Amino acid sequence: MSAPTLEVRNLRTHFFTRAGVVKAVDDVSFTVEAGKVMGLVGESGSGKTVTGFSILGLVDPPGRIAGGQILFKGRDLATLPEAEMRGLRGNRIAMIFQDPMMTLNPVLRIDTQMIETVLAHAKVSREEARQRARDALGQVGIPSPDERLKAYPHQFSGGMRQRVAIAIALLHKPDVIVADEPTTALDVTIQGQILAEAQKLCAQFGTALVWITHDLSVVAGLADDIAVMYAGKVVESGPVTQVLDAPLHPYTLGLIGSVPSRNKRGEPLRQIPGMTPSLLNLPAGCAFRSRCPRAEPGCAEPPPFAEYRPGQHARCIHPHQEAVAA
Amino acid sequence: MSETLTAPSAAATLAEPIIELRGVSKRFSKTLDFAGRIARRLGANLREEVVHAVDGVDLTIRKGEVVGLVGESGCGKSTLGRMVAGIMPASEGTILWRGRDLTSLNAAEAREAKLRTQMIFQDPYASLNPRLKVQEIVGEAPQFHGMAKRGEIESYVDEQLRRAGLDPALKRRYPHQFSGGQRQRIGIARALAVQPEFLVCDEAVAALDVSIQAQILNLFMKLRRELDLTYLFISHDLGVVEHLSDRVVIMYLGRVVEEAPAEEVFRRPNHPYTKALLAEVPRIEARKRAFAGVKGEIPSPLNPPSGCHFHPRCPFAFDRCRIERPALQQVGAGHRSACHLNDAA
Ligand SMILES: Nc1ncnc2c1ncn2[C@@H]1O[C@H](COP(=O)(O)OP(=O)(O)OP(=O)(O)O)[C@@H](O)[C@H]1O
Ligand SMILES: Nc1ncnc2c1ncn2[C@@H]1O[C@H](COP(=O)(O)OP(=O)(O)OP(=O)(O)O)[C@@H](O)[C@H]1O
Ligand code: SF4
Ligand code: SF4
Ligand SMILES: [Mg+2]
Ligand SMILES: [Mg+2]
Repeated sequence: MSAPTLEVRNLRTHFFTRAGVVKAVDDVSFTVEAGKVMGLVGESGSGKTVTGFSILGLVDPPGRIAGGQILFKGRDLATLPEAEMRGLRGNRIAMIFQDPMMTLNPVLRIDTQMIETVLAHAKVSREEARQRARDALGQVGIPSPDERLKAYPHQFSGGMRQRVAIAIALLHKPDVIVADEPTTALDVTIQGQILAEAQKLCAQFGTALVWITHDLSVVAGLADDIAVMYAGKVVESGPVTQVLDAPLHPYTLGLIGSVPSRNKRGEPLRQIPGMTPSLLNLPAGCAFRSRCPRAEPGCAEPPPFAEYRPGQHARCIHPHQEAVAA
Repeated sequence: MSETLTAPSAAATLAEPIIELRGVSKRFSKTLDFAGRIARRLGANLREEVVHAVDGVDLTIRKGEVVGLVGESGCGKSTLGRMVAGIMPASEGTILWRGRDLTSLNAAEAREAKLRTQMIFQDPYASLNPRLKVQEIVGEAPQFHGMAKRGEIESYVDEQLRRAGLDPALKRRYPHQFSGGQRQRIGIARALAVQPEFLVCDEAVAALDVSIQAQILNLFMKLRRELDLTYLFISHDLGVVEHLSDRVVIMYLGRVVEEAPAEEVFRRPNHPYTKALLAEVPRIEARKRAFAGVKGEIPSPLNPPSGCHFHPRCPFAFDRCRIERPALQQVGAGHRSACHLNDAA
């Protein structure tokens, strides 16, 4: 069998700040085959975006990849020279940023930005590029694309900016897309439209998708596999159905319990007690220890990332292996 | 008409209105860029395009109420929110703050109204000054307005950060050193730090994972109970809106199309757009399903459809819908809807 489209192995990305080393990503591994969708979820601040930046080679100093491999069709991106990376970025590997203004230049009109993106990697006429830009806007549900192309980013609503950024990422039908909370600001109808486009891309062009989101219902409907992050580490991964229906890790279970539709209207929502630990001085052992209802003395040792059920791994020495009520 | 449905907001219907919008509209005219202006002066027939972002909205929010505002992306929610928060003037109509026209307040009163109303912005990064440390972002206004004594400002800021779920140890960092959800919480801490009575939350929890989202929503509900805070809660997450709101307002292309107590909207939606919206809510129970694209053309606020804006996508549209704008009218207790079908019944 050929190499999977994307394979992240024991990735570590650290920020060497004056206050100390922030281990934003500290041992993250996952694989995405062509045409598959991998849902990356987890605590806010757990390293999802930094993982995405690492794949795209966009980590700025004082941050850098401190270990591990990022294999794109077998080639290690972590050690790829920047010149070669530039040829891939935006072309074969694209990212939809959590903050659309990272894609968009506030002082340039949308058409200028999109046409330049097309021309950067495709040998087509300007008119053809404009046509592609226009079609891409239509795909993400922007009405009157011709008029809208002439607008500046600040003249768009939050969700429209997000959709323009998505359209730009789709322009070259890349092999890998890292989508960072791409539909957080979108209503359900437009979200459905974007998710339908994403599914089409996977099916038609074999694009491998890494879909970062905190919306578990989106992951449930879209992804094949899921990886759950906590404090820089993947704490659980496996097929979506298994992880959502029978989570092993206490953090995953707490996350699923906090979904509003699973709570009674007007009553306080269930939340995981305690606070996210600071990544600057993580305690030794399991980082979830101080908040975990199942903690025991053995949790002071770093728990291994072990396979408890076929394909389903968890970083916990005392996982929920008993059947869980839905 | 069931009595129980009105119960949750019964107190609120008696309370004084904190904000009232009467026929409020906002238009943005796309001013031509430099080249366009020259071209027009030279005789080119270029017209300025007008976006009718908000179109004749009436809305009353009473003290202690939580009003959820939902609607399609680009339908004018943020624009309405900004006008309610007093940081963007209306093009037309009147906005009353505690019964008084916002434009008639003197400088001191206007400042007071502005301070009492805080907005949590949809785009946390753009709304945080990148050159200020978090402690300055959160502490600046409370210090200026004397909400914390000089010597206590530090611990005051720590407390605000902790409440929003941020580790105070990070307060000397700049916004770019935080994750998306952490930045959103900085915005929340900043808004709460000035002890507002009215909060306009624009997708305020959209970037948060569900556990931290639960923590923030619980905080909002606690503040409401303890301090009688009022909220306009803009969100596309219907689960969150249902959980939190007393009353829900649905917008479509600049107009309010339905308004009702939360339970009523979710149990008995009246407007065809609301029904379509509710039918598409993704559920965590549904696995690996085929998502559907938007059916029909998405109308543009640059060139909105005539009559009922929803008619090109409405499965029930009939002739009258293409010609006449339906008025918001009573269809149940505290329940208004703008659809011609209600006349036929
Ligand atoms: N430039 C930086 N300097 C120092 N720390 C940083 C920097 N950028 C990010 N971090 C830290 O790295 C951690 C991981 O950040 P990341 O943005 O990947 O989180 P995330 O999982 O995407 O969270 P969210 O869901 O809130 O977007 C965070 O704790 C953040 O504070
Ligand atoms: N400064 C501006 N100049 C021109 N047009 C604008 C401006 N601000 C908003 N608009 C337009 O007004 C309409 C409503 O925008 P608004 O931001 O209120 O939408 P929204 O309902 O908040 O959408 P979203 O859910 O995507 O955030 C959009 O068509 C947008 O393009
Ligand atoms: S290793 Fe221990 S503390 Fe960590 S999640 Fe498992 S039971 Fe809880
Ligand atoms: S007025 Fe007509 S087009 Fe509009 S929602 Fe009602 S039936 Fe549909
Ligand atoms: Mg992020
Ligand atoms: Mg908005």
